[in-house]
Amino acid sequence: MRYVSVFILGLVFWLLITFRFTVPNIIVGAAASLLCAAIFAGYSMTGTLQMLNPVRWFWFLVYLVTFIFSCIKANLDVAYRVLHPRMPIKPGIVKIKTSLKSDFAKTLLANSITMTPGTLTVDVKNEYLYIHWIYIRSEDPEETARIIIGPFEKYIKKFAE
Amino acid sequence: MAAIVLISVGVLFNIFGCIGLLRLPDVYNRLQAATKCVTLGCCSILLGVFIHFGLTDAGIKGLIAIPLLFFSATVAAHALVRGTYHFGVKMTEKSVKDEYKSDVI
Repeated sequence: MRYVSVFILGLVFWLLITFRFTVPNIIVGAAASLLCAAIFAGYSMTGTLQMLNPVRWFWFLVYLVTFIFSCIKANLDVAYRVLHPRMPIKPGIVKIKTSLKSDFAKTLLANSITMTPGTLTVDVKNEYLYIHWIYIRSEDPEETARIIIGPFEKYIKKFAE
Repeated sequence: MAAIVLISVGVLFNIFGCIGLLRLPDVYNRLQAATKCVTLGCCSILLGVFIHFGLTDAGIKGLIAIPLLFFSATVAAHALVRGTYHFGVKMTEKSVKDEYKSDVI
């Protein structure tokens, strides 16, 4: 199953990026996607069938909207800190615990954290995330976790677990 | 018109990212500016390109470059910052906390 999904993904990507729907082009694309599927499908994510569930797609859209908003907020935040004459920064690395289990969900969470205001994922070890924070607002671990991963964790859990 | 606005906003955010790269004190803070501002700036420019060209060859290519850029930029930032830490680059004196040091092998 995952071989088929990687093959289809590869072929669609090839057709979109070359944008010529002739027979030779499709054959070359199919050969390349077959090679990619044979080599890389073993490393790809598990549970591709459950992603066909429409409820998961709904939560994915909710997550996407939250993500884009926080991404724009992140940019304004960084622009403010950079352009302010005194540069209000108070950086440090904090450690937070996540309840997500699968690798795919953790990767998504780490990527989301990197794109949100003032935080950058340094490392992921088992269930702990190490995060570089440009302005530490709280000393309490639970408060920290609520500020940083609160908006994303619940949505990611709904569609990627 | 919308395309021009989006491309201008993208260029503006790229400039902020570059200013941040020059002004912030250490490599970790600089990477924050470099990833966030530059990624959203480039995405904004690509979206502007898509609106300008519409559903043609170049427009579709601009659109599918956005998710690629998102994933590669975040993963690259993570790899860079982790590699830098393990190489032993110190954080700036303004830093107040480091919970990674005690846990890293």
